[in-house]
Amino acid sequence: MLVALILALGGTMFLQKAYTPKLGLDLAGGTTVTLSPVTQNNAAPPEEILDRAVNIIRDRVNGTGISDAEVAKSGDNIIISIPGVGQSEAIKLVATTAELRFRQVLAMAPTQVPQELATNAPTPTASPTGSAPDGSARPSAEPSASQPSASPTGKALSSALTNGASAKSPAADPTEPPAQGRNGQNTGQNAGQGKTRGENADADQGQKNAQNAGQNNARGQNQKGQNATPTPSPTGQSGTPSPEELGIDPNGIDPAVLQQFNKLDCANPANRGQGVQDDPNKQYAACETDGSFKYVLDVAKVVGTDIDTASAGVRQGTIEWVVQLDFKSNGATAWGKLTQEAYNSPEPRNKVAVVLDGVVITAPNIISPIPGGRAEITGGFDQASATTLADQLKYGALPLKFNRSSVDTVSSTLGQDQLEGGLIAGLIGLALVVVYCLLYYRGLGIVAVLSLVVATVITYTSVVVLGHNAGFRLSLPHIIGLVVSIGITADSFIVYFERIRDEMKEGRRTLRAAVEVAWVRARRTILIADAVMFIAAIVLYFLAVGGVAGFAFAMGLTTLIDIVVVFLFTKPFIAVLAKLKFFAKGHPLSGLDAERMSDAHSGRTTTPQEA
Amino acid sequence: MGLGRRLYRGEIDVDFVGKWRLWYSLSGILLLISILGLLINGLNLGVEFRGGTVFSFKAPQATVEQVRETVIGEGAHQAIVQSAGDGWRVTTENLAENTTTQVQSEIAKEYNVPVGQISIQSIGPSWGGEVSQKAWIGLGVFMLAIILYLSMAFEPKMALSAIVALIHDLVITAGIYAWSGFEVTPATLLGFLTILGYSLYDAVVVFDMIKEVTAKLGHTSKQTYSMAANNALNHTLIRSLNTSLVAILPVAAILFIGTTLLGAGTLKDLSLALFVGMIVGTYSSICVATPLLVTLKEREPKYQAIARRLASTGGGKGGGNKKSAAVANG
Repeated sequence: MLVALILALGGTMFLQKAYTPKLGLDLAGGTTVTLSPVTQNNAAPPEEILDRAVNIIRDRVNGTGISDAEVAKSGDNIIISIPGVGQSEAIKLVATTAELRFRQVLAMAPTQVPQELATNAPTPTASPTGSAPDGSARPSAEPSASQPSASPTGKALSSALTNGASAKSPAADPTEPPAQGRNGQNTGQNAGQGKTRGENADADQGQKNAQNAGQNNARGQNQKGQNATPTPSPTGQSGTPSPEELGIDPNGIDPAVLQQFNKLDCANPANRGQGVQDDPNKQYAACETDGSFKYVLDVAKVVGTDIDTASAGVRQGTIEWVVQLDFKSNGATAWGKLTQEAYNSPEPRNKVAVVLDGVVITAPNIISPIPGGRAEITGGFDQASATTLADQLKYGALPLKFNRSSVDTVSSTLGQDQLEGGLIAGLIGLALVVVYCLLYYRGLGIVAVLSLVVATVITYTSVVVLGHNAGFRLSLPHIIGLVVSIGITADSFIVYFERIRDEMKEGRRTLRAAVEVAWVRARRTILIADAVMFIAAIVLYFLAVGGVAGFAFAMGLTTLIDIVVVFLFTKPFIAVLAKLKFFAKGHPLSGLDAERMSDAHSGRTTTPQEA
Repeated sequence: MGLGRRLYRGEIDVDFVGKWRLWYSLSGILLLISILGLLINGLNLGVEFRGGTVFSFKAPQATVEQVRETVIGEGAHQAIVQSAGDGWRVTTENLAENTTTQVQSEIAKEYNVPVGQISIQSIGPSWGGEVSQKAWIGLGVFMLAIILYLSMAFEPKMALSAIVALIHDLVITAGIYAWSGFEVTPATLLGFLTILGYSLYDAVVVFDMIKEVTAKLGHTSKQTYSMAANNALNHTLIRSLNTSLVAILPVAAILFIGTTLLGAGTLKDLSLALFVGMIVGTYSSICVATPLLVTLKEREPKYQAIARRLASTGGGKGGGNKKSAAVANG
């Protein structure tokens, strides 16, 4: 069994070609990202809201407590440090708001991708305006480019959302000072938008106005689209097909939202509304993440705060990654009602859209009402994105919007010398332990040393495997803790050996009998002592956060390894040795010779057993 | 027969329990000194707990040591130096305004950087209120859980004694940090947590033996609880010493290398806490937890009765004293 365990761990290491543990921030360095809150008028956000954001972000980056990531406030900004380089992508996900809504689909239409390709491809100058209006077969973007006087006029109400998105584009004019570019990013939440912006950016004269609008927009997220929306009138009002043309049943749809829907052009990623905070109490026109469909969505009947817990997993019988949700009791009721309603509705109203940060990530058909408060979200996830989304949902939506104001790769805080010093010192210390065990316990010392070797091997392989599969990262305190706990593991052997010697001293038993009787007694002591350690580890792991939780994890791990080694290696090994003449006859070098332990037959009465 | 040989054979018999007055006063004095230290000096908390000032600047030709020296030379006590791209990021404790300016101008002079390009930010604690608060809650719940568990596995009085010994160890270790002024970093804190586990572990092994021995005490017993407990203590003494030695050897090696070869750093912070904590932990499991347990148990009518009976027959007057003296002589 022990061999199987070691082989399994070693095999995993071999398969994943991972032979070294992942190191923490202090040893490996990492990526530091500064997030600035986006507020109206650049006002400082209330302290307590910022604190809440810090806690949620901390949970998201280090929910398991073992990733050694750090989150700190710096003035109004939040600084996140994640170990390992190239983690800015991860941090980007962490900083998204993660507002989740479940909305019944009221109407939907595919995006005419071919035409859009035709328009966009040859004219990457496609202007901030061309994209705003709608997705249905419109001429090229030339007209808008030639009429760039993006007048910040009307459509404010009806096209609030699309304008919100389109207003972002112009602000990213590369000719402008970087500060403005950053402001533009305030609204943009994903890289896709960044690219589109780049393409649009070499546009045209009329961007002055648009830029102003973009900045306003960046400051006043919540007012997005209600003022200063630079929809160019010529294109904005042209070519809008009536709902009937698209085969949409306008029944029960807010006309304003419908108009918005008609204008929505999902082919352009900048217009998909990524990062928009949709009001859950209003109907909403939204795009699918990949832009393939657009939707009119009902008010949100179930929202992110109704979720009790979320986890990522593979759907049974498939290889598809899904995010599984458990709703709180209120949420479960609402979810049951929502799915019942959708189930009873005709196509396309039999769909429920899952809207994350303003974008539909999936809109499955409801093939039966779903009571019981469970749901699964699919939508082209891989393991990483499913896990990230699950973490975002589990720890709740951020109360603030953030943009990344700086991303730095930082070196380790500790020199390599500290790590090497620690390891060398640890090895020296363990060597001393080995020498001491051999001198004191002689033959038995070999058992102790071998047990320590086995414990070390299991610890090392576990740490490597956990590092590559669960994100466990070792910081220097962890390494020292592991070295120390290997020393504590030796205590289990000592307890056992002393018991064996007790039994032998009494002179009543053969070694083979003594090994068994002593084991029964030693086992109880070892289990109670290890239980105490394990309780400490569990309580601290679940209640503390950050470094303490990570350390508790390491503590629990070594305690388990201690038990595994003593039960599966030390005890069986000694039982085998007890059959050897060398030990059974009490050879002077075996550590069990009667003469050296005690004059066993002199009738001393100080052993506690005779008390 | 030499001491080593007697230790090896488990024939040592020291009256630990009987000397409780000595241990109590020793521990009392240590605790008092530690608490005074904590009250007067307080702990020198690191940047991670208090927040601090971050200097960022570009100086491609500088080395980590140079940058650290420059910053420390101007009056900062702590400096965490990181390279960020071709620039540097130095985190210090919260500096007074003029110190900040000094550091800034010194960096400018030393590395030929315009003062305007040295950015200064204040940073909040990464181990701020929330993290510490949760750690304290965790600790509280942990103690309750341990009391419950030990009460079931052993008995409530043993649980109480073990926890008192644990707090004793933590306070004294913290006291040493207060008086020495060593910086308390997250690494130190993790060292404290290790001590916590270690101290309990040690006490549990000793109590397990005491429980086994004293379970046999009956009305006709020839031993008082004190004597039996002391006997058990002596019996596990060799184990306690061996265990401590085996656990302390690696820590001592780390402390030695950390202080002599590497100077200040995480290694020193962590290993000092462990080193002190383990020594105090070994001491307390023998000299604090057990005598305290005995003091509590001797009040129980059952053991009072045994003590009275033995006292009247002259068998064991004065607790374990006489008997152990006799054995030690014999």
